[in-house]
Amino acid sequence: MNLQDIRTPALGQVLRPNVWDVVALVLIIGTMVALVYGGEQTTLPLSTLDVNPVSLDPANLPLYALRTTMRMLLAIACSIVFTFIYAALAAKSRRAEIVLIPLLDILQSVPILGFLTFTVVFFLNLFPGKVLGAELACVFAIFTSQAWNMTFSMYQSMRNVPKDLEEASQSFHLTGWQRFWRLDVPFAMPGLIWNTMMSMSGGWFFVVASEAITVGNTTVTLPGIGSYVALAIQEKNLTAIGYAILAMLLVIIAYDQLLFRPVVAWADKFRFEQTASASAPTSWMLDLFRRTRALRALTYPFTALNRAVSNLHIGFPRLAAASKGGSERQSRVIDAVWLATILAGTGYAAWKSYQYLSATLDLSDVVTTIGYGFITLARVAVLIALATLIWVPIGVWIGLRPKLAERIQPLAQFLAAFPANLAFPVFVVIIVRFGLSPNIWLSPLMILGTQWYILFNVIAGASAFPTDLREAAGSFHLKGWRWWVKVVLPGIFPYYITGAITASGGSWNASIVAEVASWGDTHLTATGLGAYIAKATEAGDFPRVVLGIAIMCVLVTLFNRLLWRPLYAFGERRLRLG
Amino acid sequence: MPLASAAFALANQEGCMLDQPNQPSLLDIRGVCRSFPKGSGEELLVLEKVDLTLRSGEIVGLLGRSGSGKSTLLRIIAGLVAPSSGDAKCRGEAIKGPPNGVAMVFQSFALFPWLTVLQNVELGLEALGIDSAERRKRALAAIDLIGLDGFESAYPKELSGGMRQRVGFARALVVHPDLLLMDEPFSALDVLTAETLRTDLIDLWIEGRLPIKSVLMVTHNIEEAVLMCDRILVFSSNPGRVAAEIKVDLPHPRNRLDPMFRQLVDSIYARMTQRPEPKTPALEGIPGSGVGMILNHVSSNVLSGLIETLAGPPYNGHADLPVLAGHLQLEADEIFHLGEALQLLRFAQLSEGDLMLSDAGKRFAHLETDARKRLFAEHLVNYVPVMGLIRRVLDERPSHSAPAARFRNELEDYMSEDYADETLKTIVSWGRYAELFAYDEQSELFSLENPH
Repeated sequence: MNLQDIRTPALGQVLRPNVWDVVALVLIIGTMVALVYGGEQTTLPLSTLDVNPVSLDPANLPLYALRTTMRMLLAIACSIVFTFIYAALAAKSRRAEIVLIPLLDILQSVPILGFLTFTVVFFLNLFPGKVLGAELACVFAIFTSQAWNMTFSMYQSMRNVPKDLEEASQSFHLTGWQRFWRLDVPFAMPGLIWNTMMSMSGGWFFVVASEAITVGNTTVTLPGIGSYVALAIQEKNLTAIGYAILAMLLVIIAYDQLLFRPVVAWADKFRFEQTASASAPTSWMLDLFRRTRALRALTYPFTALNRAVSNLHIGFPRLAAASKGGSERQSRVIDAVWLATILAGTGYAAWKSYQYLSATLDLSDVVTTIGYGFITLARVAVLIALATLIWVPIGVWIGLRPKLAERIQPLAQFLAAFPANLAFPVFVVIIVRFGLSPNIWLSPLMILGTQWYILFNVIAGASAFPTDLREAAGSFHLKGWRWWVKVVLPGIFPYYITGAITASGGSWNASIVAEVASWGDTHLTATGLGAYIAKATEAGDFPRVVLGIAIMCVLVTLFNRLLWRPLYAFGERRLRLG
Repeated sequence: MPLASAAFALANQEGCMLDQPNQPSLLDIRGVCRSFPKGSGEELLVLEKVDLTLRSGEIVGLLGRSGSGKSTLLRIIAGLVAPSSGDAKCRGEAIKGPPNGVAMVFQSFALFPWLTVLQNVELGLEALGIDSAERRKRALAAIDLIGLDGFESAYPKELSGGMRQRVGFARALVVHPDLLLMDEPFSALDVLTAETLRTDLIDLWIEGRLPIKSVLMVTHNIEEAVLMCDRILVFSSNPGRVAAEIKVDLPHPRNRLDPMFRQLVDSIYARMTQRPEPKTPALEGIPGSGVGMILNHVSSNVLSGLIETLAGPPYNGHADLPVLAGHLQLEADEIFHLGEALQLLRFAQLSEGDLMLSDAGKRFAHLETDARKRLFAEHLVNYVPVMGLIRRVLDERPSHSAPAARFRNELEDYMSEDYADETLKTIVSWGRYAELFAYDEQSELFSLENPH
């Protein structure tokens, strides 16, 4: 194969397809068929959902898996478009930045499942009687779980573009548009791709949770793995749940191999480093595409299009950059007006929300909800502590053994991507069987899917721990707790914090699903803010949903600001090695 | 290759035809000033009333210490920074944004790591909207000219530093600029690579194969300036001004060992160690005075090492700076920093390109560690006003501690935030070595406590 590659093809041989062409062509045609099928399904009237209800026949699972995946991909596409626009706006305009960045920060901590309540109603009304409305609501829910961290990463990259490259693109007269595509986007690419992968993993959780949803008296069941599982729970069919888990496993492996691996391998060239790294990521899929002559020819129009678009001479109007003096005062006036507008808008929104909430709720509701909030907070704190106690030693043990780490690391990442809510019923069955207290035993579900973030970050930290420091510790006879406290724990601290932040954020979100669980007719409820929001959603009690979400937002934000951020800053400043 | 020569020869002919005595100059800078906001909110003048005229057919060097504003001047000419006052004209037009016909080569190369060599070179042409066939032709010609043949499809990270800077040159030359700006283009390269690149460039220039009319380069390397330039403007610091203009009439190729060459280098060294006429009454030729003195961070280890070197043979307390710089493999800029730090602490005296140990310096060289620290502390308190101030404040306060912010604010009345940072870093490092005070990095607190 390699030989064939190196040899320059003789004239006329260039376009003759090889074996790889056939393989790749099949894959492409398959994708097209899938797209068309999925597109057709969404334009059907809503009643078809009732005519062809979700069935537990495993033969339907591939189709369900396909539709779930397509929702995911659509949402990720929306997230990318959103990211480009929002991040560019925030990074290029100082005035937009004042509003957009804090907004993004809060949106990151909003419990995504809470959004569903409003969006389902909104989208169903937007396309009355069409499946499209329900599909869009579901896609939007996934989108809200994916977009924020991607946007944040893009914004941060755009703010940190190296100064010399910025000067070079200016000095060579690149327009704002050209600069965006030639400098900003490529520079942001590695961070964006990593965050897209994280988002994609997180998204599975929500796609499963949002396919079968009841808001007040509206119940929507979109065909997909999520609704398949919901039905299986209703019918107490443990075998069906096993099938669903199997299908999900296959789907995750497939998209990782077919989509993300190639993208990561391809995007390696965007990594901003001056020396070639030792091991570049590889992907058989990308190799396949690079080896297939005819298929590579297929990509030429896209390359040309990309070139043409990024080279368009679109100039952005230069705002107040030209002259000085007078315009400076002018700009200050605009600033003042802008700030006043924001303040007025905020005031109005606060007043309206107050009016809306105070119509049905009083202070005692707020107090009880805050109480629920603290119960859930306690759960999250205890669970993170437990997960830390369990996974840090194991992660260090694995990370210090490179051969083992190499094998375990992908597994941990895979488990983090796996939608843990598929496995919830198994726990519920056990709790019911042994008559355990749901207040305690439902809690582990919150961290079921997110604990892996701690594990794989600790493994990464321990793998990166410098050998010379380990050797130094060994030669000074550091052992036991001293070795942990003085040597290893500080070394992995920044990594651990990264993992713990992700895990705790995910657990808050999961609480809405995890504090309420059912198996057939048995409904288990744990006291807490998650259960409160879940119940209010089911009852269509919007003021309570708003209140619950608001309280959760505040708690998550405070938790982040008062605990995680200072710890993160401390780790970055004092304990970052190298 | 023939293609390349043809294209560039044409460009150069054009240049020659325009090169008439009474033509408008390529670059006309009149009374340009530039100030940046200081930490305290006031303006700090970095460039004061600079005049510069550039004509076709010359290589002009801007030589000066770091902080002398030479890079700022280059960025004003490149249209990346606007002057605070004064006129900057390029080819008769006021400079607003990057002017046409000017290309720049960067110290850090500034190559796009995700573009191949060829794509990097084509970038400037794409921005000009040149069609792809012409683009490819010109890019290949430039790559050919600069000796990058065979590297067209390589990514920058696969190249060595020297090759990367060649891409930087090709990218600038391919747009056929009238004026080539170079911002310390060789200072990120190792000695051998830099020399090869310099001579290659000068050879092309003399042979008239570069598609440019004039070159303006910023450097802090004195020998480099003498090797390449027809005219050198020496900048003085704080604020940056043109202190001298030196014509270099030596024919190319120049020989570093030529006595004329050496003489010129020596005289520039002497000129650069000469203090400008003091504007504020400075003490014995020490720049700035009082608390607002900018301290460049030099490790106390390096200072001790330098004192020992100076005290020992062959210098025996008296060294010629170019010789010392050559021996220690230091850039002129670095040796100046060291010399000035020693001068500030009265361990040595800088004058006329020479560095002479003082009596205190000679004594220091022969002391044990603890005695050295005591002598160092004594000199710090006596000769570095800000050190005396910190010590006094700590002595007076009942808690014997003071936040760094207190001194930072005071420093920022005199200097920019960056310089205040640098000065504070120096204060901490010297103060720790002298055991004058302790500093806690986390709470940013100076104190008299020592962890004994």
